[in-house]
Amino acid sequence: MAAPCVFWGAAVSYRLFLGGRVSLALRQGVWKAAAAELQVGTGEKILRLRHTTGVTAKKNVAALRRETYTVDFIKKQIEEFNIGKRHLANMMGEDPETFTQEDIDRAIAYLFPSGLFEKQARPIMKHPEQIFPKQRAIQWGEDGRPFHFLFYTGKQSYYSLMHEAYGKLLDVEKRQNQLQAKGLFSEKTKTKDLIGSRWLIKEELEEMLVEKLSDQDYAQFIRLLERLLTVECSAEEEEFVQRFRRSVTVQSRKQLIEPLQYDGQGMAFSTSEGKRKSAKAEAIVYEHGSGRIKVNGIDYLLYFPVTQDREQLMFPFHFLDRLGKHDVTCTVSGGGRSSQAGAIRLAMAKALCSFVTEEEVEWMRQAGLLTADPRVRERKKPGQEGARRKFTWKKR
Amino acid sequence: MLTRTSRLVPGARRARHGEQHEGLHYNIPLQDMRTLFPHSLPPRFSMQVKTFSEACLMVRKPALELLHYLKNTNFAHPAVRYVLYGEKGTGKTLSLCHVIHFCAKQDWLILHVPDAHLWVKSCRGLLPSTYNKQRLDQPAEASIWLKNFKTTNERFLSQIKVQEKYVWNKRESTEKGSPLGEVVEQGITRVKNATDAVGVVLRELKGQSSLGGFRLLVAVDGVNALWGKTTLKREDKSLVAPEELALVHNLRKMVKNDWHGGTIVLTLSQTGSLFKPRKAYLPQELLGKEGFDALDPFIPILVSNYSPKEFESCIQYYLENSWLQHEKAHTEEGKKELLFLSNANPGQLERLCAHL
Repeated sequence: MAAPCVFWGAAVSYRLFLGGRVSLALRQGVWKAAAAELQVGTGEKILRLRHTTGVTAKKNVAALRRETYTVDFIKKQIEEFNIGKRHLANMMGEDPETFTQEDIDRAIAYLFPSGLFEKQARPIMKHPEQIFPKQRAIQWGEDGRPFHFLFYTGKQSYYSLMHEAYGKLLDVEKRQNQLQAKGLFSEKTKTKDLIGSRWLIKEELEEMLVEKLSDQDYAQFIRLLERLLTVECSAEEEEFVQRFRRSVTVQSRKQLIEPLQYDGQGMAFSTSEGKRKSAKAEAIVYEHGSGRIKVNGIDYLLYFPVTQDREQLMFPFHFLDRLGKHDVTCTVSGGGRSSQAGAIRLAMAKALCSFVTEEEVEWMRQAGLLTADPRVRERKKPGQEGARRKFTWKKR
Repeated sequence: MLTRTSRLVPGARRARHGEQHEGLHYNIPLQDMRTLFPHSLPPRFSMQVKTFSEACLMVRKPALELLHYLKNTNFAHPAVRYVLYGEKGTGKTLSLCHVIHFCAKQDWLILHVPDAHLWVKSCRGLLPSTYNKQRLDQPAEASIWLKNFKTTNERFLSQIKVQEKYVWNKRESTEKGSPLGEVVEQGITRVKNATDAVGVVLRELKGQSSLGGFRLLVAVDGVNALWGKTTLKREDKSLVAPEELALVHNLRKMVKNDWHGGTIVLTLSQTGSLFKPRKAYLPQELLGKEGFDALDPFIPILVSNYSPKEFESCIQYYLENSWLQHEKAHTEEGKKELLFLSNANPGQLERLCAHL
C-alpha cells in the first residue's frame, strides 16, 4: 500500500486547492470527490481515504464552490491557447510570430460578429491567466504540516509581507544609527517618487496576495511603507516600495481640440458636434461676435421659449466669462427640447476649446462641459410596467 | 444714469418726446391710467403698475416714429393706417398705449379696442342680431366695451350729436340731434341692443370726424383677429365666420380708410390669435390674404427687441424700484446673464426679473 499512498499524497500536493478558509466538511467532501476522480481517471484500485468522517459529501459541492484548476490543466490551456493563436494568425493571413493580443481581439470580432450589447458576453480569446482566476497552491504538505511559518495567522501572505517590510525598516534604521554614530548622517531629499504615482488600492493588493484583507490591514501596510519612504533607504528598498506604487497619468483624458478654420472674411471659426439622448447637434462658433445664437436658422429665443433650455446654452459662455463675445450658428435634429439644448451645449463647449487656453479646457472638462451625457432611455422589461416600475402588487 | 424724463403734466405742456428721450422712462399719472385704460392694459403690465404703484412706459423708437407721423398728419387726407408688428413680447401693445396716451393729451377722441381676439373666442350668449338677421350679436362684450368707451371719452359724449334717428325697439328710440352719450347709455342699460349701439357709435364717429370737430384715433390691438377664424359656434354646432359677428363687421368698416380727420393705429398679435403658428409675426402671415388686402395700403412699423441702451435703462428702472433682489443683479456679469437669457426681449426680461 505504500506506493499508492505516496502517489496519492504527491498528486494531492500538486493539486490546486482553495486556501485555509475552506471548512473542514467541504474539504473532506472535495477530497472524496478528488478520490473518486482519481479512481475513474487512472483506474487504480480503490484507495481507502485517510480521513473518514460521518459527513457525507453533498452531491453538488463541487459546483457550489469555485472550480479548482490543476496546474496541468492550466498548462494545457496555455499550450492550446498558443497553438490556437498560431492557427488564427494563419487564418487571418498574418505572421504567427508577431500576432499580438489586439490582433487576436480584432480577428475574433471579425470571425464571430456578435450583436450582444453586453461586451463581456461576446466571444473572447485571451490568455488563460486572464480568464481563470488566480488560485493558491495547497499550503500544506503530505504530513499536514503547512509550508509557510505564518500559516496559522490566517493571512499568511499579508503578514509575511508586513514582516518583510518591517525587517527592511529595521535594517535601514540600524544603518542610520551606525552612520549617525560615525557622524556621517545626511538629510534625505527625495520626494520625486510620490508625484505621478499612487499607492496600490486595496483590491489590487488583494489580487496580488490572493488573499482577502480588511481595511485596517491595508491602512497599516500603507503606513508602514510610507514610514519606510520617510527614512533614507538604499536602492533595493526603493525597488521594494516601488512594487507597490502605480503610475497615474497627469491628465486623465486628452481633449481633442478642433483646429481653427477661417472663412471668407478672415473671421476665425470652429465647428464641432454634440449628442444627447437622440439629439445630434453641430455648432459653428465664430470668434468675434455679439452673442447672437441661431438654431436651424431661427433665433434661439424663439427656438427655445423655455428659460431652462436657454440657461443650458448660456452655461459654456458663462463659465468662460465670454457671454457676449461669440456668434454661434447651429443645426440640431432629433430628440426633444431638453436633449436638443444639451446637445447644442456640448457642441458649443467643444467648439470653444479651440479659442481657449489649455488650462481653461481642463476646467471645462472638470466642470463636465466636455463630457457627453451617457444617460439614455432604459429599456422596458417584460413583467414590469416600465423600466423600473413594477405592476401594482395585489395581496390577493 | 438718468432714467426718468420730466413728468407729463396733464394739459399744461405738450408731450415733448424727442429723439433724445429714447430709452428713458416716463410716468403716466394714475388718474390718467384709470380714464384711458380701464381694463385694457396687458395683465402683466397692470400687475407691475400695481406693484410699483406707478405706471412707467419706456420711450422707444417705434413709438417715437409713430408720434412723429401723427404730429405731421394731414387731416384732409384719408386716414392713414399704421400697423405695429413684431416678435412676441417686443412691446407692441405698450407702444400702442404710449400713442394713445399722447393722443389723449392732445385731446383726440380715442376709440380703443384692447384686444380684438376677445371678441372672436369664448363668448357666451351669442344672439341673432336685431338689426340684421344673418349676423350675430355679442351683448356681453359690447356692453363692456361701451362702458370703457364712456370712461375714456366722457367729455366728447355730450359734444357729439347723432345725425339720424335710431329706433331700438317699440318703446325706445334716439332722436336726431341728441348727444352720443344717450346712445351709449342705451347700449349699457339695454344689453340686448349693446352691439347695435356700438355699431351706431362707430358709424356716427366715422361720419362726423370728417367734419373736423374732433380728431379720431382708432386703436385696435390684435387686429388680425378680424380676419382670422373664430372658435365660436352656433347652437347647431356650425362654425361662425368673423363676418357674421356684428361687432367684427362694424370694426372692419371702421378700419377701412374711407374717412378722414384721424388716424388708425393697429397692432398685430400672435399671442391671442387662433390657428396661427407660434413663430408667425409678419403682417402677411398673421393677417392672411383677406386681411392683408383689406388693410392695404398701410405703413408697417417694426417693433424689435431692446437696443443695448434701452436694455440698460430697463435694468436701471428695475433696480431703482428694488425689483431685482439678487446681489449680482447690479454687476456687469449679472446684466450680461440677463441679456443672454432674455436676448433683449422686453417680455422675456420682465418674466425673468419677476422670478429673480
